[in-house]
Amino acid sequence: MRVMVVWCPDWSVVAALEEAGASPRSPAAVLHANVVEVCNGPARAEGVRRGQRRRDAQARCPELVLLPTNPDRDARAFEPVMTTVEELRPGVAALRPGLLAVRAPGSWYGSETFAAATVSQAVVDGGVWDLRIGIADDLFTAEQAARTAEAQSWTVVPPGGSAPFLRGIPIEVLQDDGPQGRELVSLLQRLGLRSLGDLADLPGDAVEHRLGAYGAAVRRRAGGEDRSLFAARTPPPELDAQVSFEPPLDSVEAITFSVRTTAGRFVAQLAHHQLVATGVRVEAESDGVVCSSRTWLHPRHFNARDLVDRVHWQLQSADVGGSLRARKESGAVRAPIDRIRFVPEVVESAAAHGEALWGSASDDLVERGVARVQGMIGFEAVLRPVLQGGRSPSARQALVPWGERAVELRPLDRPWPGRVPGPAPVRVFAAPRSAEVVDDRGHDVCVTDRGVVTGEPRRFRVVGQGGGPGGNGTALPWQPVKAWAGPWPTDESWWSGGDGRSARFQVVGADGRAWLLLRGPEGWSLEAAYD
Amino acid sequence: MPPTRLATLDPERPVVEQLRERVAAMERRPALEPVPTLPGLSDIVPLHAGTTYAVDSASLALALAAGASRAGEWVGFAGCPDFGAEAAAELGIELSRTVLVPDPGEHWLEVTAALVDVLRIVVLRPPASVDERTAGILDSRLRNRSAVLVVHGQWPRVEARLSTVESAWSGPAAGTGQLESRRARVDVHRGARPPQPFELSWPGVHRVDRVARVDTQHDLHSATG
Repeated sequence: MRVMVVWCPDWSVVAALEEAGASPRSPAAVLHANVVEVCNGPARAEGVRRGQRRRDAQARCPELVLLPTNPDRDARAFEPVMTTVEELRPGVAALRPGLLAVRAPGSWYGSETFAAATVSQAVVDGGVWDLRIGIADDLFTAEQAARTAEAQSWTVVPPGGSAPFLRGIPIEVLQDDGPQGRELVSLLQRLGLRSLGDLADLPGDAVEHRLGAYGAAVRRRAGGEDRSLFAARTPPPELDAQVSFEPPLDSVEAITFSVRTTAGRFVAQLAHHQLVATGVRVEAESDGVVCSSRTWLHPRHFNARDLVDRVHWQLQSADVGGSLRARKESGAVRAPIDRIRFVPEVVESAAAHGEALWGSASDDLVERGVARVQGMIGFEAVLRPVLQGGRSPSARQALVPWGERAVELRPLDRPWPGRVPGPAPVRVFAAPRSAEVVDDRGHDVCVTDRGVVTGEPRRFRVVGQGGGPGGNGTALPWQPVKAWAGPWPTDESWWSGGDGRSARFQVVGADGRAWLLLRGPEGWSLEAAYD
Repeated sequence: MPPTRLATLDPERPVVEQLRERVAAMERRPALEPVPTLPGLSDIVPLHAGTTYAVDSASLALALAAGASRAGEWVGFAGCPDFGAEAAAELGIELSRTVLVPDPGEHWLEVTAALVDVLRIVVLRPPASVDERTAGILDSRLRNRSAVLVVHGQWPRVEARLSTVESAWSGPAAGTGQLESRRARVDVHRGARPPQPFELSWPGVHRVDRVARVDTQHDLHSATG
């Protein structure tokens, strides 16, 4: 089996630069824990090396672009390269981001050199400039061959030529195996071995006795006898379904009726793979040209009937007159439909959608439904309430955007002295509305520094400003106070400015509704309602 | 006992029998399915999937949603920017299964419809007046999805409308004590029939008197049967 390895050097830097939108020619390094993990050619030319500390690297090259490490990003950015190669030759295996292996295309492209040239051309067309290709009998040799190649070039090791090719390669290449490899290389260097050929010349038994199974495996690799295979990823199955009409149909009803079996087949075919479609693109072709294409989303998943409905709606919306011909007569370019195709756009596991026998439908369904709402009105418009510690009602709760984790919550299990006892208010106003509270003689009620209330609250009213009912800047009528409790004084964050001394009151109005009012340094405000 | 969507097994009865009950419940029209309600409210307003209820206070809206949330269902609040999370948690609403859309803006109808698709109870405070047609669209969606809509505000057609007639807090006096408990008289309006009064008490929504009970049950039978 011949193996082709495609290697994109310094892939982390390439991917990070692309994400950061910086020029691929600028010197850059990806850092992990303040140590250079990967750097690119321009940075190496300035003296930046892997394993250097950040300040050393910056001292060597002040204009060095520093990028954070992110393995997910590397893998994500490598996906298009894999797809490109997969189009030319299926059975691609990703060894790690930046390195992929595929069974070398045989005589299809004429020769292996032409095959390498074709792959190289395709990947460069995809926007990746630096790639090197190696072709050999085994994976290890192919990788080493790729490393010896120039940018956008290739090295082909002839069949049976692995051992002679590997002979001259320095033993340091084994360091890429991780800590185990680095330890082995250091030992071998101390033993005086300089190249892979030196290692391969040692007797196999002796190597196994001295260096163990790993050492023996490395020796086999160095001798061009690498037995490791790679698991190629399976291309996703073809799940489209289509139906052709001969002669072409021009009435919506006839088309709808005729797509029934196909819709059933489409759903059954997905079900065979334990899948359901939640988004389907319906395409209608007329005379070989797609004349109507639309993606339909389903809150749960499509069954055959839903699909037939979608076809009906799609064709009818495209067609005002009731028949496609009528539309044609009205001037729009519409021809009889000769083909309808269903393309699954979003496919999910059927297990997540099954109606649960015990308990309600799965939470995944809710997640997806809520994600749809977020798609409509924005990520931060859908929230999840969480409780946290605090003194005022609004401080005791936090609203976290759906799908995000709540961070930096205040602990709930502390006493929080000064918080208002009793049942929690049902309505907590995000923006407190300013209010007025007066005593018998109409004087503003205050709280002294020692927590004494200057007068008995008799009447109160909301002045407005906040949102919600009655908060349009107009003052509401005065309401007599039926009962009141308080004050609960607090002086929060006095060490760092804070809001100043304030006190909270529970006030029951004449209509029997209770409110939570705050007397701050600036005046009264309405914080919450007990409703 | 009506089959509920509880995920628990009654150990005293055969498993097969309970399974059969659940399968039977799932085969029925979703609209007939009962939705768990708080014990204090279950004989005043037993919730049924696919219907709309109207309330006039946030505490009643929370009380209607609490039963289902306690039973493991998902609930959502749309258009309620002043949601009191602590009060909801005290009533038994599981906040990890609560979705808030405080300000759906002009898309409130689409947002509500999307929430109805996946949640069991959706509490809505409509930002604008609603006409019959709009309500009809949402109604058919509710029936399909076996969800319950609780409207805090005005709505054209509802199964029952709960309104607070009077309310009294006990606890505070002139500067002493603290809010402790509340009693409220709530009228339940069903269609054109005269309203039925009930006494409820907080915290924890309990029914106080049982005077009107006979009438209620009679009315419920005629309403659901």
